[in-house]
Amino acid sequence: MKKVFSYPESLKKTKFSYCPGCGHGISQRLVAEVIDEFKIREKTIGIAPVGCAVFAYNYWNFDVTEAAHGRPPAVATAIKRVLPDRIVFTYQGDGDLASIGAAEILHAANRGENITVIFVNNAIYGMTGGQMAPTTLLGQKTWTTPWGRKAELSGYPMKISEALGQLDGVHYIERVAVNNPENVLKAKKAIKKAFKNQIANKGFSLVEVLSMCPVGWAVTSVEALQWIEEKLIPVYPLGVIKDKSKST
Amino acid sequence: MVKIRIDRERCKGCEFCVIVCPKKIITMDKQLNSAGYYPAIKIKDKEKDCIACGKCYQMCPEVAIEIWKE
Repeated sequence: MKKVFSYPESLKKTKFSYCPGCGHGISQRLVAEVIDEFKIREKTIGIAPVGCAVFAYNYWNFDVTEAAHGRPPAVATAIKRVLPDRIVFTYQGDGDLASIGAAEILHAANRGENITVIFVNNAIYGMTGGQMAPTTLLGQKTWTTPWGRKAELSGYPMKISEALGQLDGVHYIERVAVNNPENVLKAKKAIKKAFKNQIANKGFSLVEVLSMCPVGWAVTSVEALQWIEEKLIPVYPLGVIKDKSKST
Repeated sequence: MVKIRIDRERCKGCEFCVIVCPKKIITMDKQLNSAGYYPAIKIKDKEKDCIACGKCYQMCPEVAIEIWKE
């Protein structure tokens, strides 16, 4: 018998520390599969964020380093410039990338660094216990917005991919979701493209992954899939936001 | 002929595989695993209906499912 779906080589056998139904496991598996498919495991360097995915170096079976909160794009810039033959990517959550690391991602994108960014957006701070993130939806209840997020008090959900799409240095940005098998396959395609761009020296690529956080949203795992479909996707529409290879 | 294996100890019981399976061959166990979750298991005698579409594998956040095909 032939194995048709099996554990990727770029993923260690360590158990994930994520809550049941968390989307991080799916996103990290997709990254591992893409790296396996390109056969670049030996020359890939990942940068883990601060947040739920902070232990990513325990899960991926290639070189992974850790950066201060929000700083993976700066660390990735340095690694890529010193070791230009390596494939360098950052894996960041929305608290890491959109909040404390907003300056780093903005400037790394504007410089058009030849790196890949996987941005996992679950509209909440998961690791610290479910506080409001910049990406939290209006009306969404979190521990720091117990009556729902209000625009007059905390502003609007930050559409970081659209904002970065305005910059000339950016080559490719796509938003995907991992809430059903079809979307997972599309997410894999987008991540594959983002890595392909880097291999071809095209420049800055970012994939935003809308991901489940059932514990933070206070819903069951299965309801979280519906929650993405009904609440997250209308605010953060899926699709290609910028692709220079198509526009030129 | 298709063989599917669910890693009982990795599973955290999110039930994603149960709801995405088009042939409904997966259910939740009544026995806890060592981590204290009710893991997903194959329904007895229903494995033969599996079409190896891989939807359960795609959705499993714990990468606990492997599928073999003849």
